Parts: sequence; C-alpha cells; structure tokens
Amino acid sequence: MSLHLPVLPERRTVELTVDGAPVSVPEGATLLDACQKLGIDVPTLCFARNLAPVNVCRVCVVELAGARTLVPSCSRKAEPGMVVATDSERVRLSRRLVLELLASSVDLSTAPRVTEYLARYGARPERFGPGAQTVAQPVKVDNDLYVRDYGKCILCMKCVQACGSEAQNTFAIAVAGRGFPAHISTELDVPLPESACVYCGNCIGVCPTGALMGRTEHELRAAGAWEPERQTEAETICPYCGVGCSLVLTVQDDRIVRAASNERSEVTRGHLCIKGRFGWAFVR
Amino acid sequence: MDLKPLSSGPSPEERAAVDAVLGPPDAAPGAPRGLAWASAHRHLLLPALRAVVRRVGWVRPGALGYVVERLHVPPAEAYGVASFYALLPLDARPPAVLHVCDDVACRARGAAEGVAALRASFGEAGTVRDGATFHTSPCLGLCERAPAALLTVAGEAPREEAFGAVTVERAREALATRRAPEDVRPPLPQRGAPELRLLARVGRVDPTDLDAYRAAGGYQALRRALELGPAAVVRALTEAGLLGRGGAAFPTGKKWQAVAQAAVRPHYVVCNADESEPGTFKDRVLLEEDPFALVEAMTIAGFAVGAEKGYVYLRGEYPLAAARVAAAIAQARARGLLGPDVLGRGLSFDLELCRGAGAYVCGEETALFNSLEGRRGEPRNKPPFPVEAGLFGKPTVVNNVETLANVPWLLLHGARTYRSVGTAGSPGTRLFCLSGCVVEPGVYEHPFGVTLRAVLERAGGVPSGRSLRAVLLGGAAGSFVGPGELELPLTFEDTKQAGVSLGSGVVLVLDDTVALEPLLLRIAAFFRDESCGQCVPCRVGTERQEELVQRLCAGRPEGSRATELALLAELGQAMRDASICGLGQTASSAIESAVVRLGLWKGGAS
Repeated sequence: MSLHLPVLPERRTVELTVDGAPVSVPEGATLLDACQKLGIDVPTLCFARNLAPVNVCRVCVVELAGARTLVPSCSRKAEPGMVVATDSERVRLSRRLVLELLASSVDLSTAPRVTEYLARYGARPERFGPGAQTVAQPVKVDNDLYVRDYGKCILCMKCVQACGSEAQNTFAIAVAGRGFPAHISTELDVPLPESACVYCGNCIGVCPTGALMGRTEHELRAAGAWEPERQTEAETICPYCGVGCSLVLTVQDDRIVRAASNERSEVTRGHLCIKGRFGWAFVR
Repeated sequence: MDLKPLSSGPSPEERAAVDAVLGPPDAAPGAPRGLAWASAHRHLLLPALRAVVRRVGWVRPGALGYVVERLHVPPAEAYGVASFYALLPLDARPPAVLHVCDDVACRARGAAEGVAALRASFGEAGTVRDGATFHTSPCLGLCERAPAALLTVAGEAPREEAFGAVTVERAREALATRRAPEDVRPPLPQRGAPELRLLARVGRVDPTDLDAYRAAGGYQALRRALELGPAAVVRALTEAGLLGRGGAAFPTGKKWQAVAQAAVRPHYVVCNADESEPGTFKDRVLLEEDPFALVEAMTIAGFAVGAEKGYVYLRGEYPLAAARVAAAIAQARARGLLGPDVLGRGLSFDLELCRGAGAYVCGEETALFNSLEGRRGEPRNKPPFPVEAGLFGKPTVVNNVETLANVPWLLLHGARTYRSVGTAGSPGTRLFCLSGCVVEPGVYEHPFGVTLRAVLERAGGVPSGRSLRAVLLGGAAGSFVGPGELELPLTFEDTKQAGVSLGSGVVLVLDDTVALEPLLLRIAAFFRDESCGQCVPCRVGTERQEELVQRLCAGRPEGSRATELALLAELGQAMRDASICGLGQTASSAIESAVVRLGLWKGGAS
C-alpha cells in the first residue's frame, strides 16, 4: 500500500541500556519495545498490540535499576538513561512464580505459548500440591456461536477491553468479584443471549488461552478432530460490506473452521463483526 | 454503547432511595437525564448503591437496574463494581446485620472464641433469625474496645452502630433488639497532656461545636497560611520535614509542591481516611474527636496547591466518624469557612465526604481514586503518580488523616519548633495504636525515636503475671518483632534498617496466652479476601500463601517443612517484586517475619 504521508517533525528518541546493550527508541515507546528492538524475547500474556496494556499478568516484568520493585515492561515507558535487566535472578524468580501460580490454578492446555514459557523458566506448578485451589468449572455453552471456558481464563482483561471502549463498545462483560474468585461476567451472570452481547467475537480474537473459542473449534477439539497439522490458512477480504476487512481463514479438510483477522491489519486491527467472524457457513 | 436493561424494576423504596442521591428523574418515564449528565455523575454509582443497601439491606437486581438506567452505566460494569465491595451485597440479606470482628487485634482479646460461641448459640454466619443475621468481619478499627462489632440496620431510618466488649450475650442482644448495647468508650490515655500536638484537643474540646474548636485555637492556622501565601506554606512543610503517615513516608512538602506547580487544572485534594489496616484506629479517633482540624487542614492544602475541591474518602465501617466529619463540613460551610469565599478572603474551597463500601485495598491511593470515581477499587499502575494524574486524571494531593493533622500545628509553631522533637530523619510526633494484650489500649502520641519498650510501658505493658510473646508492628502488612527487639527506636529510618516498618502505627501486643498460628491464618485469609484480583502474583499468590500457612499450621507439609518454608519465601519475594500495589507487595511481610524473626516452624515458638 502506498500512502503519501506528510513530513513529520523528527521524533525524539530515548537512549537506554537493556542487558548491557545500548538501545534507542522513539519517545513514548515502552521497555518491551526496547527489548524487542534488541531481539530480546520477553514473555507476555496479557499484552496485545491492538489493545492498551493492562499490565496485570506480570510475566513481562524486568528489573529497572533504582526501582524498589520490578516493573512491567509492556506498559512502562522508556526514559533516558534507564538501565534494565531482563534476565536477572530476581526477574527469573518472579516470572517463574507467576507461571507456576497460573499453571497451578488455570487449565493452560490450549495456550501453547505458556507451555513454552513454563519450560524456559523451569516452572514446577506441582510444588503447590494437589490441594491447590483452581478456577476449574463447567464450560459455558449458551449460544450457537461461541463457548466460554473460564477454567482456562487467566483474567488478562483482553475480552473486556475488546467488548468495551477499545473495539466493540458493547460492554456486555466486565470483571466481577475480587481476589481469587474474580471472574469475567455479564451482569448478574446472566447467559450471553440475555446480555448486551452482539456476537462480534472480538473477545475470541484477543483471548490468549483459548478460554473463549468459536463453537466449531470447540466441538472439533472435543471430538479429537482439531488437527492443526492438517490445517492451512488463507488470507482474504470479507465479502459482506464495503469496509473490506481482512480475514484469515483456517481451513481443515476443505472446510473453514475458524475466521480471524490479523492484529496488524490496518483495516481491522484484528477486530471483526459477527458476519466476518461467523458468517461463512455458505462457503463450501 | 448498546445497553440492555435488566428485566425487573425497582421497588418504590429502592427508587426513592436512589432518587434521594441522584435527584428525581426527568418527567418522561424512564428517560435518563441525558448522557452528559450521566457521564458527569458516574461517581455517584457507589453512593446510589449504598443508599439502596441502607434502605433494603442488599442490592436487589431491580435496584441495580434502576441505578444503571439513571447513570447510564453498562449493567455488567455496575455489577462488577457492586460485587467488588463487601458492603454492597448482591445476595439477599435481612435488614439487620451484625458484623463481628474476628481480626488480629480482636483475636488477641478472645474474638475467635466469642465467634465460635455465637455460632453455637445463634447458628452459622449468615443464619437469619427474625430479620437479623451476623457475619464475621475484618478489622473494624475499634481495637481499643476489642472485641468489636458493627450493627447495620436497613430501613426508612437506617442505623449503623459500632460497639466494643462484644460477648455472646451482647451480640445476641444487638441481633434481637436491633440496637447496639451500651458502649463504654475508654478515655484517651494521655488526655490533656501538655506535650500532645495531634491529640491536644481530643477529649477536651467538643468535636461537634465549631465555636469550641475556634476557642481552642482552631482556624488560626488557616489565617496564618493566608498571610504566608501558598509557596511559604509548602516551604514550611518541607522545612519541617513532614513525612506521610500512611505508610510510605513520602515528603508531604514535595507532594504539595508538585501539585501546586502542575500545569493541568483543576487540582484536587483528597484525604485518605480509609483506615483499614488491621490494628489501626488512630485516624478514627482524630476523625471522631477533632473533625474540624481535618476540615481546616484540607482547606490549607487546597489554598497551598490551588485546589477548589477536596474529598474525604472515609471507610464505610466508621459511622460515628462519618457523622462527625459530615457535621463539621456542614458547620464550616454555614459559617463561611468552606465555600466560594472562605473567611471573606476570596479563597474558594469546598469538601465532599465519600464513604467506602468495604474494601481494604481502597486505602491504596490510586484504588481510592477509582472508588471515588465509582469504579472497582483496583490500584492503577504507577507512574503516572497522583501528583501528575490522580483523581479524575487530574493532579491530586492525597494525604492520610494523621499527616493532615500535623499541618495546622506545624504552621502555627513553625518548622523549627516542629523539629524540636523526633529525629533528624523523622521529625515530630507519631500516633501509635496500642491494642491486644496491654493494660491500657488506645491511641498514644509519642515523639519519633521513642523505643518500642517505652511505648509498651506507657500503655501499662502486658497484664501482670504474663510475659510478652511478640508485637505486630505496622499491622497485617507489617512485621512481628520479638521480645528481644524492644530497644528499637521507632523512626522511619531505624525501622527500615531493622527490616520492619512503622506502617500505620500499629503496636499489637501479644502475650503468652495468645497462640500465633491462628493469627497467621487470619492474616493470610485477610489478604486472600482483600486482594483486588487484578494481578497474578497477588490474586493467586495470596490464595497459595493461605494454603501454605494452613498446611504448616496443620503440620501436614507438602514434601518437607523445609521445602514449604522455601516455597513460602519464594512466593513472598515474587509477590513483593511483581505485584502492582502495596497490598500484594506486603501481603507476605507479617507471615515471613514470624518465620524469620520469631523462628516459627523452625523449632521455635508455635
């Protein structure tokens, strides 16, 4: 795509040091941006490029010289002269504990990235014993389009953000309760069809753990017939309206099993409407 | 926004209770008073829900639906807000509820046994008999009268009455009559002592009478401030070295200066009166017994930092303090000491009293802002700090009650006199909350630098024939210290060096009649209950910490006791290092100190 951009005044840059290496990032960039510029792989769970950082999972924490506590790299803005360590003993301990706390309380079986992190940090969630409290609960299946399996929810807040002012402006869900029993809920826990939900499915699009999932995928997985190695992905444009949303279709056995959009798409920023995300039953 | 209304409507009583807070709705039935009005009044969500609870005892779905319709708040969001606060129950409750404290300070005075006896006699918590029930409660801040309880009675003329010296008989009397039994309030131990600064008027000057306050020197400090000018007031605070008493010991002058200089307008002044740290009751005494001093101090703050509006966020469990502060604000306003032209000097400043709804975490300053704004009391990530983006996103001075209580005295006597007591690093005096196994519990004012031993001795020490086992210093977020550490000078610098904290001034004394393990279980349960649930280290960590303490207390470790203690220490470090706010960062402090300083579970005390 070619755009004629106006000539912008030169952006100021911020110089800092990460793991001993100097790095320069534009003003307003985060420590995570600085790490990524240096090719340092910082684990993230509650961070998504298309939503504001909420810094609640704390797996991306880094050690900032002079700070009393570790700081979340996803939201902390880079400042001149900062000295940051991403792999110190303190950082590794906190990341390992955060992963152990999550893995001992949440079903992470559909969150492949987390499995990789658990291995990287030597996490042993079984240390908390067989009696450790979990968020296990029955899957909520109350509509034709998607399921909510809150036994897999890490409370990353992404779905609430996408449902609210950052994408859909529907506000059908929010966090209810507090502490360990805190959970994502409609008002009074009513089923989705009785809530304000418009089934855009943008919550599914941003869920990092598979707690929110299209019914097709959920049913294929339940039947043991979800086979990523037999799937292909096709990029296309949504056929419905004139907006021209970019779609990424997952195809298995000549059948569309999932529709999503890339968070980097300039048209959608990863968000779709009910038609783009679910309205492809006519394609054969 | 596509809002779907809740199906059932409010009862006439609920509608009236909500309308009393929000004003009558527009003529058209059900029409909100416009989106602009609703978005400007979002902060009334909590007061409206509180009004419903005061009228009918709980937040019925129909009442919730009416509030969200009036304020145009998404129902899911309002449900999320209500479900955050312990005093906004979403399950059916009878009109009369007795909240019986079973927290650490009351436990040191037999609360656990008392609650067990109440269960045996009345039924499990939540049992309803004749329109009344009881629930156990975290610290109610009545520790000098422990064990304590708070009776709330919903209805046309709702009542909230706190009382101490709870026994099964007194609890059952309150449940049966829906009236608090007679409450004997012990006098301030140091009442009238000439060296008192912050407590000078307590017990001597009528806290309900503005003229009595003025006759006792009240409002001279505001006049002095007006003579000095804003910059000199801030300078006086800085020169005096006044440090915040809420726990973080941040220089107050620096805070005021930052807000005074902030370009963004308006500025706000907030008093953090959400005193909820277990074992803490000093702010309650100031609020109940010297409320005009708070009004005057906040007016001085408003003048110094260029704020025209101040808020007092007062914990929901302090009914008398709320009544006294509300009355003080009203009297001050009526006499031109608050409003558009304070003292006829062209200064515009007014105060609003807001009450919490049962959430310890709202004592964290940014959680407090969210709560004032009508949201879940979840702490915000810092930076930005409140002086830059605080209440409603504007530059905000937020100070603890005790911190503000220092301001009038300081301005009248000057920085040099202020520093004449205390130490170079901790000038002035400090309030200490003596509770538990001491002869004369209560709030005491001592110069910084006083030793822990002297503080205990002034309160009469432990009852005769018993020996000191430990002191919980600084509250549930503080640390246990042993009987060998009584020479510790109580200053910010000495406690920091010793690896402990003054916190909110809690000195909870435990003698050899008190078992430590149940207290640790209560502390672990407290943090698990009070975690806001936002960040993983605190949300899951406080749960895991409680499980670990339960296993250690039961003598059933997973693996060995050594591996469990190692896991407890690692968990503590991750919570301290990686939690968003002070709650998670300090949730392991007392428990770890029991292991490290008292030798618990290491063959030491049990």
